[in-house]
Formats: sequence, structure tokens, C-alpha cells
Amino acid sequence: MTTGPVPKPTPETLPFWESTRARAMSIQHCLDCGAAIFYPRSYCPKCTSSDLEWRPVSGRATLASYVINRRPLPVFEVEQQIIALVNLEEGVRMMTNIVGVEPVPTALQLGMALELDYDERGDQVLPVFRPALKESE
Amino acid sequence: MISMHRGDIAIAGASETARLGKIPDQSVLQLHAEAAVRALADAGIAAAEVDGIANDGMPPYDVSDYLGIRPRWLDGTSVGGGSFMVLVRHAAAAIASGAADVVLVTHGESGRSRVGARPYASDGSSLGGQFEHPYGAMAPYSTFTTPVLAFLEGRGMSPRDLAVVAAAQREWAVGNPRALRNEPITVDEVLAGPEIAYPFTRDMCCVVTDGGGALVLMSAERAADLPSASRTVYLLGSGEAAESPLLSQMDDLESFGAFRSASAEAFRTAGITHADVDHIMFYDAFAHLPLYMLEDTGFVGRGESGAFYAEGNSRPGGRLPVNTNGGGLSYTHTGKYGMFAIQEAVRQLRGEAFNQVEGVEISFVQGIGMMFGSAGTLILSNRRP
Ligand SMILES: [Zn+2]
Repeated sequence: MTTGPVPKPTPETLPFWESTRARAMSIQHCLDCGAAIFYPRSYCPKCTSSDLEWRPVSGRATLASYVINRRPLPVFEVEQQIIALVNLEEGVRMMTNIVGVEPVPTALQLGMALELDYDERGDQVLPVFRPALKESE
Repeated sequence: MISMHRGDIAIAGASETARLGKIPDQSVLQLHAEAAVRALADAGIAAAEVDGIANDGMPPYDVSDYLGIRPRWLDGTSVGGGSFMVLVRHAAAAIASGAADVVLVTHGESGRSRVGARPYASDGSSLGGQFEHPYGAMAPYSTFTTPVLAFLEGRGMSPRDLAVVAAAQREWAVGNPRALRNEPITVDEVLAGPEIAYPFTRDMCCVVTDGGGALVLMSAERAADLPSASRTVYLLGSGEAAESPLLSQMDDLESFGAFRSASAEAFRTAGITHADVDHIMFYDAFAHLPLYMLEDTGFVGRGESGAFYAEGNSRPGGRLPVNTNGGGLSYTHTGKYGMFAIQEAVRQLRGEAFNQVEGVEISFVQGIGMMFGSAGTLILSNRRP
């Protein structure tokens, strides 16, 4: 459980937030062109199809980039936070926090393997990522 | 029939507010109005002649009504701090098409003192509120900065390259009383400064100020009849583009497509090449932006931006001066810096800058809006082709 702004689902994002609450984060896939889609929306950004299907992700991702925020806003009630951009195995990128690791650059290598975890935030559950266990690769 | 490019449209008046920095005794609207009146005086034209109004930050008619103007053309395009590059481009199109004759583009922001400013609030149902803010990516220093390690690592560069940008730009601001940071600083001192969001230290992040600026645009024909005619600046070319409101959705973390397409359109419409450019203004809210911009606008090749700065090309006496007011990192940054980048380009082209570069005939101005959201490019000259 962490403190901070709580996402407010909209009609097109509600299935995403329901999936994280069920600890089974799902993203949309286009049934016409096959594109994986993030963030959630009503139409495929590649082909404008509305024939989209929600599927759970594998949870495997890699670290694309990050900052270590040394000045978190007071609402977060933490001293620092790792704000990251991660590439999901499905081919989409999302922003998240990296948890379970020291907030120092030497512990954060670009391209490192990550795995999905969850963090309760108010009445929602945020997807976060932690370094993958070696044997799970 | 006149064109919106190739020198048919003029910036006839330009001015910043009398003060920049901490201005707790003026509201946002006062800053807009003061800048507007000063720009009109600079052009030598009466407010009654203005028939077009444009700004970003409030409904544009808030400003025209304040000044007793009843416009027949309005533009409130709000795509971030680079909106002013886009508004100049739109104003040029409006004048060329006859939709307006004299356009006032204004900016005012109480970024530091927050007098009469709208309160900032995170909307949990917005895209940012759902997919960025919960992770701490709310303030620009912890959001705009997130792709930089991908950029640096992809080129074998390091945080030191960010410090080189900050130190190089400071040289232009040293001693300028209008610059908020105007003391010399070394690369090592930038690196040793307080860490805001690794890899960014304080001096790699922009200053936070109050202030405003305004521009008066009209046809070059009309500008030629004004008392300010000898100081006219002409629009040669322009471009605008956009990607995504979310940082995570950049097509490429190491290169911003909107810089590439907006700048390419500006060069195409201006009919010039990079070699024709004498002076550059890059919107630098943070020290990584000039590096992206140098590469994405084609002034250097991929991976060459760090060396361009390290070799001193951008500095006083360098072969291609960049951010000659000190930029957002040193001069001023109200929250929407774009107006000030244009103002410095106009000063350089008129020969009126605090640190004047010899022989500037063409200035290239690259804006960015929101956080890798949109882009606007202007190519300006003191000579009508
Ligand atoms: Zn599709």
C-alpha cells in the first residue's frame, strides 16, 4: 500500500483497472491487425478497428529508461522513487515504478529483466515492476 | 496574394515585460497586458489597429478585452510552452489569408509567485492522472526527464553531457541582470549540485520565474510603413507537429518525431538549408532538450550532440551560437518558455541582444510543447528574401 494520487478509471480504461485489481493485468489486442495496445482506448491506433480483445500480459518486461526522483511531491510520503519506462514483452511501453531495489544507478541497468508486481493505491491497484528473479528468465 | 512564409509576414513589434524573475505585485493578466502594450509601442502601432489575438494559458479574449480590443480572429491553441511558435505560425497563415491584419501574440505567467494563476490540480481521470501521476511523474523534473538515460546510453554519452550543456549556456547569461542565474558555473559544479531527479542536478533544470512577452505580426508590406521598419523581422518558414500526451508513448525514446517533422517543414517552407543558419534558440526546460534538438533538427548527426557542445560550438565565439540569452536553464522560464526563445531570436536579428552575436541574419527557433508532446519551429530573418 502506497500513498499518492489514485487513478480514476474512465469507461474505456475500467477493464484495465479491474484487471490490475484482480492481479492479472491485461491490455488490449487488435483482432484485425494484431497490434498490442497501451494505453486503453476504443480504437486500435494502428488501424482504427474497434474489434479489440483484453488479454492478460506475461508480466515480463525490460527497463527502457528511468529517473530516480529525489524530490517526490509531499502527497507521496516517500523520500525517493524510481520512475521508469518499461517495455512489456507484448510490445508496448508503459510508465511505472521499480520496486524491490535500491534507488541507486548501479542497481538499475537499462535492458534489465523485470517482472510485474502490484501495489495498492487507495481503491485501485497499480502495476509496478521489480527485478526479475534469475531462474524465471 | 501573399504567402505565410518566405518573408511576406513580419514580426513588427516584440517585447518582454519590464521585469523578469520574481514579480509578486503583478497578476498573470497584468503581465500579458504589459507585454502587449510594450510590443505595440515597440512596433509603433496603436492597440486599435489590432484585429487578431492569440495566446496560450487563458481564453485569448481575456487579453484583448483587457486592452479594449474587439478581435475578428482568435487563437487559443494550447499545446504547452511551445504554443507560441505554433501561434506565430497560425498568425502568419491568418494574415496571409486575410483573416486578420494585425495579430497580437501574448504571454504572461506568474510561474513563481502564482498571482492570478489557475491552481494546478491532478485530474485522476485524465490520461496523465491514470498512467503517469500515480508513479510520481507529476512535476516536469520527474516526468520530462524520464527518457534521457535511454538517449545517453544509446550514444555512449553520460550525465556529464547534460552538465556541459548547462555550463555552456550559462556563459551567455553571466552578468545579465535579467537572467535569474547569471553567475559563472563549471561542468564539475553543475554535476556536484543538488540532485533533483537522477541524472539531473539543479542547474540542469530550468529556473522558475514570473514574466511575460508579446509579439505584433502583420504583413511585411504594412510593417514597412511603421516607424519600426528598420528593425523588422521576417518569417521565412515554420512547422508544427505532435506525438503523444504520455511520455511512455513516444515512438522512440531517443528521438522525438515531432522535432524531426516540424523542423523539416520549417526548412522546406523557408527554402534554406542548415548551413544558412547563423543562430539557434532551443527551448530548454531541461538540459537534455538541446541534445535531442540538435540531432532531431539535423544540425548534427545521431550521437554527435554531446561533442557539439563539448567542442564549444554553442558558446560565445563558437561557430553556431545556441541559446544566447542563457536559455530556460539560466535566463528565465515562467512555465511556458517559448515566447522568450522567440524574443531572443528577434533581439539577435535586430542587433539588440545583451550578448550580441556578430552578423546574425537567420535564426532557427525550436519549441517543444508539454513533455515530448508537441513541437513548433520558426525560421526568422532580418532580411526579406
Ligand atoms: Zn489494429
